[in-house]
Amino acid sequence: MARKVTARRVWVSTAAAWLCGFLIFLPILWMVLTSFKTELDAFSMPPKFLLFHWTTENYATVQQRSDYVHHAFNSIIVAGGSTLIAMIIAIPAAWSMAFSPTKRTKDVLLWMLSTKMMPSVGVLVPIYLIFRDLGMLDSRGGLVLILCLGNLPIVIWMLFTYFKEIPKDILEAARMDGATIGRELVYVLTPMAVPGLASTLLLNFILAWNEAFWTLNLSTLDAAPLTVFIASYSSPEGLFWAKLSAASTLAIAPIIVLGWFTQRQLVRGLTFGAVK
Amino acid sequence: MATQQTQVLGRALLTPAVVLLFIWMIVPLAMTIYFSTLHYSLLDSENWSFVGLENFRYFLTDPAFLTALQNTLVLVGSVLAITILLGTPLALLLDQQVVGRSIVRLMVIAPFFVMPTVSALVWKNLLMHPVSGLFAWIATLVGATPIDWFNDAPLLAVILIVAWQWLPFATLILLTALQSQDEEQKEAAEMDGASALSTFIYLTLPHLARPITVVILIETIFLLTVFAEIFVTTGGGPGLQTTNIAFLIYSQALIQYDVGNASAGGLVAVVIANIVAFFLVRIVGRNLEA
Amino acid sequence: MGQITLQGVRKSFGAVNIIKDANLEIDDGSFVVFVGPSGCGKTTLLRLIAGLEDVTGGQILIDGKNVVDVPPAKRGLSMVFQSYALYPHMSVRGNIAFGLKMAGLPRPDIDRKVEAAAATLNLTPYLDRKPRELSGGQRQRVAIGRAIVREPKAFLFDEPLSNLDAALRVQMRLEVTKLQKQLATTAIYVTHDQVEAMTMADKIVVLNAGRIEQYGSPLELYEHPANLFVAGFIGSPKMNFLSGEAAGEPGVTTLGIRPEHLRIAKEGEGWPGTVSVAEHLGSDTFLYVDAGKLGMLTARGIGEFNLKAGDRVWLSPDPARLHRFDKDGGAIRT
Repeated sequence: MARKVTARRVWVSTAAAWLCGFLIFLPILWMVLTSFKTELDAFSMPPKFLLFHWTTENYATVQQRSDYVHHAFNSIIVAGGSTLIAMIIAIPAAWSMAFSPTKRTKDVLLWMLSTKMMPSVGVLVPIYLIFRDLGMLDSRGGLVLILCLGNLPIVIWMLFTYFKEIPKDILEAARMDGATIGRELVYVLTPMAVPGLASTLLLNFILAWNEAFWTLNLSTLDAAPLTVFIASYSSPEGLFWAKLSAASTLAIAPIIVLGWFTQRQLVRGLTFGAVK
Repeated sequence: MATQQTQVLGRALLTPAVVLLFIWMIVPLAMTIYFSTLHYSLLDSENWSFVGLENFRYFLTDPAFLTALQNTLVLVGSVLAITILLGTPLALLLDQQVVGRSIVRLMVIAPFFVMPTVSALVWKNLLMHPVSGLFAWIATLVGATPIDWFNDAPLLAVILIVAWQWLPFATLILLTALQSQDEEQKEAAEMDGASALSTFIYLTLPHLARPITVVILIETIFLLTVFAEIFVTTGGGPGLQTTNIAFLIYSQALIQYDVGNASAGGLVAVVIANIVAFFLVRIVGRNLEA
Repeated sequence: MGQITLQGVRKSFGAVNIIKDANLEIDDGSFVVFVGPSGCGKTTLLRLIAGLEDVTGGQILIDGKNVVDVPPAKRGLSMVFQSYALYPHMSVRGNIAFGLKMAGLPRPDIDRKVEAAAATLNLTPYLDRKPRELSGGQRQRVAIGRAIVREPKAFLFDEPLSNLDAALRVQMRLEVTKLQKQLATTAIYVTHDQVEAMTMADKIVVLNAGRIEQYGSPLELYEHPANLFVAGFIGSPKMNFLSGEAAGEPGVTTLGIRPEHLRIAKEGEGWPGTVSVAEHLGSDTFLYVDAGKLGMLTARGIGEFNLKAGDRVWLSPDPARLHRFDKDGGAIRT
């Protein structure tokens, strides 16, 4: 019995962990509950926990507002587009740094990471002015461009680490087996890199979806994604909590689900390998 | 030579990324530097003039700047403290055997994936509203008066929102680090007669020193530019109480349309961020060697 | 045909010379082992022949043609890697067939050859499994199958058995040797284990710090080592080295005698010494003897010797088996 973790210890840990988890999750939970209430119930004091009239009218209202659908669509385009383009630029770059590194490779990689550390607000002025003069304000293309550039260092970094994990001798075996570089890429490298590619795509899609600086400052209506749409609830009139909750739940639910799958990638992607 | 073609190809494949990032870095930065030397207001865009370092002097001596700087330091420092002081025990807890651990993990990690505008509005309205918010209700339960967060303690309110969003990050990083701790080392300590507390102090804490440093550096870089939460809840107010440097620059640029001043401020932000980035890049660089 | 010749092959990484002027002629169909301590360059030399690294100078001829500018895919060689390097996302069948697919063979031919190779290596029941479902020994055989199915000019083996446990290693050693004889294809085999080298090779290349110290059959290396390094590397336990002066031969810098060539006696003539450690294996006895000014000597006796630590012992060398080395470490041939 000396080594086994005692049953009592497990129950104490479990209770403590669940309590902490619950407290942390509470705001989200509360928001989801509120989304199913009527506005009156949402605002009532004392708050109603489970015994209220459950309704889906808020979801219906939100989805009927064509601008909600429009903004959700924008989020998908902007987050998806910027991530895909970033992947297309990053895959060759990461391949080259992982498989034919030079003495400079490490410095180039570190420099790329450092561009992510530049505060966006530092270049707000010129970007805004350039966008204004080129008519790119409130355009999806403009947002895609900025978010792409913003996430590019992370995409390159993550792909680099995944490529580096592919054992070099498997690629050499392909070469000995008669594969040219192109065929090596298609038949061996890509299939082995698919999980890494998927994780990178997922995490960066999430980061782009949640981005709330450039989206708030460079778009107002046409190209505004959900971040901006929700922000518009900050100075409304009248009772709006239930509708806000419904809109928010719709905006974040898929992301939390996706986020669950990208936990490990989160550490890899955002600590730049400084923590293993 | 057999391997030379890969070298040439490699360089070609790297070029688009390097060129794009280079342009992304240099062009806006150069423009910011240029603008910071001008007196240029978007309201009066014909009348601009070169004023050298005047903007910097104005910006740095503006009491608004000092307030913003102070708020920034308080914000960053508090969030760092909260996330690490709560994140460490939380990570230790999640490293234990817990029934239903994956669900608890999901609950703990969720806040990081909520978009900042949603977090801010949910906290402001559903939780912190002085009349109908959940916190107000809890206060009445214990017989205290509910706090009017955004009037009486606006900066604290913002700090709480941001800390809630970043706690999962710190916890996850530290948990990953804990799980990579050498089990055999702990067993050797046990054989040597160390208690659980000793093992924690002499083995675990030093092992966590590096990840904690990384968390501090990375969080600092991202916390320096907290924006959405302030934008959506207080708009920097009341007065300047929740204005940090990022918001100050934003308000100068897009509310007062003072390009020159905003650019000067932007450069100050860049300099501060660079100092932190220097240390982070050094740690990352060392790890790349390994 | 698989005749391979190295002429003046050199390899440096920056200022470091890994391979210094290698000259070698490998006959078609022979089993040649590259052996040497860690860092001696044996794997680098193998990879130069494979084309996975570029030479800094010199020529590599395969059947008379210089392949130094030919990419590895076109040299007609097969390689078995230390880590097997199997394609994890392909089945055993896919792994073995890959090279044939790259060569553009029609499907029925590929299937036929893959099945033949699998039969030779007892892999037929595993053809549809993925590498992660196989044991170390099975993966080893898949790697070999991948190499033999292409009927290359030569096989290149990079320490293929070092990841296997001891018993499996002995078994695979026999199988690889048998296979090579059966296929009569040239094989170049890299190992750091001199027992593998001695048992498997037709000829051995001993490498040290990028230089070929000696090239010959196992017995040649054992009986007539060209220098101190080869003498000390081949044979286990290591050859005893004594100073010529201390042993009564002032004209010779170093004298060498193998432990198995020292006669052990409890009294009488020879070099006297005290047993420091005695190892009794039943079939052999190893004595580590402190012989005073001659240093520590190792002696091997067949069977049981009733000697323990602290006992006095007399060792006499077989005069026909004494090796003499000059001040540069080169062997003095009489």
